[in-house]
Amino acid sequence: MESTSEKLSSPSMLSRINIRAWVSKVPLLGWLIGALIAVGLEMAIGTPLARALGLSKAPTLFGFLIMLKKPLLIPGAALYLLLIYLLPIGLIARFAAAALNRLAAILADFSTVFSILIHLALLYLALHLWSGLSDYRVLVVKLTLIAVIVTLSLNVINGYMGEFSCSHPGFMALGAYAASVFTVSLFVNDKLFGVAVLPAAIGPFFFPIALFLGGVAAAIGAMVVAIPSFRTRGDYLAIISLAFMFIVKSLIENLEVVGGPRGLGSQPDWANLPTVFVTTVICIWVINNFVRSTLGKALNAVRDNEMAADAMTVNTRRTKFLAFLFAAFWAGVAGGLFAHVLRYVNPSTFGIQKLAEVLAMVYFGGLNSVYGAIVGATSISLLGEALRPLEIFKWIIIPLLLILVMIFRPTGLIAFKEFDARQLIQPKK
Amino acid sequence: MSMLRVENMTHFFGGLRAVHNYDLKIEPGEVHGLIGPNGAGKTTIFNLITGIYNPTEGEVFLEDNKLNGLAPHEIAAMGIGRTFQNMLLWRHMTVLEHVKMARYSKIGYGLIGAFFGTPRRNREEAESEEKALKLLKMFGVAQFADQWVPNLPYGAQRRVEMARALAMEPKVLFLDEPTAGMNPEELVQMMEIIRQIKEKFDLAIFLIEHRMKVVMELCERIQTLVFGEVIAEGTPDEIQNNPKVIDAYLGKEIVE
Repeated sequence: MESTSEKLSSPSMLSRINIRAWVSKVPLLGWLIGALIAVGLEMAIGTPLARALGLSKAPTLFGFLIMLKKPLLIPGAALYLLLIYLLPIGLIARFAAAALNRLAAILADFSTVFSILIHLALLYLALHLWSGLSDYRVLVVKLTLIAVIVTLSLNVINGYMGEFSCSHPGFMALGAYAASVFTVSLFVNDKLFGVAVLPAAIGPFFFPIALFLGGVAAAIGAMVVAIPSFRTRGDYLAIISLAFMFIVKSLIENLEVVGGPRGLGSQPDWANLPTVFVTTVICIWVINNFVRSTLGKALNAVRDNEMAADAMTVNTRRTKFLAFLFAAFWAGVAGGLFAHVLRYVNPSTFGIQKLAEVLAMVYFGGLNSVYGAIVGATSISLLGEALRPLEIFKWIIIPLLLILVMIFRPTGLIAFKEFDARQLIQPKK
Repeated sequence: MSMLRVENMTHFFGGLRAVHNYDLKIEPGEVHGLIGPNGAGKTTIFNLITGIYNPTEGEVFLEDNKLNGLAPHEIAAMGIGRTFQNMLLWRHMTVLEHVKMARYSKIGYGLIGAFFGTPRRNREEAESEEKALKLLKMFGVAQFADQWVPNLPYGAQRRVEMARALAMEPKVLFLDEPTAGMNPEELVQMMEIIRQIKEKFDLAIFLIEHRMKVVMELCERIQTLVFGEVIAEGTPDEIQNNPKVIDAYLGKEIVE
């Protein structure tokens, strides 16, 4: 019976099932090592290969920029993408899966924490080498990682707690300015704050403190939104939070001490890739820990039914307060990083456009999900960069994509899914 | 000393007097029934005792601790668990998460534990999960532990709500029409569950119910509420034969 049914299914069906089957057998370790090898290949033969394919230099962002700018170069760029990235990763996934599964099993058995660290190290190495080939790539990677922090922290309020908060750019601004004022006033000779108080050499050790202060400043600001949230929900709270964003923006515009509308510059260059990467990993770890604990699940209970939450001993006020302050803290940290990556901030950065961007990332990726936040932030910020040559049409394509996602998956691409690093590193059978 | 004591409670909604001079005494281990026609104020009394409304007058005590003025979650944590007439469950949470959530007030690991996943947090979460699974098993819904609640059949949802209330380890359990919308078969099962709760847990039950059969079989004492006033109180037999109760439910007999 089985053999006849196998014969009956068409070859194309069979191959599709096969691809699915072997993709599902590749452990995360396989993808990471594949990516690493692809990056190594690009370092070794990227430029000559690109020349041979008729491109002036190796494509910086998977060839999308080239394809959109000069349609004639599409075959070359596509071939480059295939040869450098897809083929090596595919081959590793296809032929090394069994061996890597065994390796993943050994690592996981040895120690979960160790295995997770190895995976992270591989990911970092791939990112580091990939972005090492051009400054533009470094900037894109840093901004994407920062976007992940912002999206994840907004997801705590909008997804996990189900309040529509619009104040996130405001929190970011508070964090960006607080961290910048700290670093610029202490370590930089600047015309706004005068000469440096401390030697710049010890500065990088104080950078985590600067980020922390940025987070704390944002959290203090968040009280303005958190306290009204005890009494009002839904649209009204959304408007309060929107008002908060504008208040912060115009407050900074009118504060000549920090440069007013001209902005604040000359931040020291401490937000290098390792710093941003480690901060992002810590953020994901802490937020994921929180939302999976009973204290964090209380956010879901408050969202789905506040009265029932109250009756089940959940302190709803504390929960809301905590959610706002916690989310704002991370937005503030992200703001601090953002300021030190660009080494210049001005208040108009943190306006309605930023808000739209962050909201798009949250709702595109998926509510109530760490995966969703990572996917949403990465895809929207990479898409934003890749579609840059289209100029104004970029702002037609991205919203259109968002509308499509909302039609077919109203809660986002990967919503309501628990992120479990332990499961992620397991070998696949 | 009685478990739950309400003295002279009166409540107004604007100009409407919803509850008038209500008194209640529930002894440990007792099943106390509250019956009355629609709109009599039964659920309002539940909401007044559990702190959702603040009574205009009167005092509520749980084991001589005054409850007036406390927030609903504080009253719940002191030992009043409840279910709701229209089942208030959390749409996007699994059955297991529901039951674990009710142990919120018993969490000792605090924010540090929640943020950094300390050993203490892992231990407490595992403990709470074990207790939750035990309860789910007792209520026959353990097979749904990882399901979202809206995917469950109605009777199972009712049981999850009850398991959730019991996970709080309450001293008094408030059941607001636990058999609403149930068919005769489910009704019998639910009555069996309530009987089991009474046997296995050390608590008193305060029960609102419409169906006479349920109240008469389960309760030791019954109050009849009409327009916010208790018109009769006593054992099931006394209530059944009380002319005032019969009047309230069936209307007055017209004497020729």
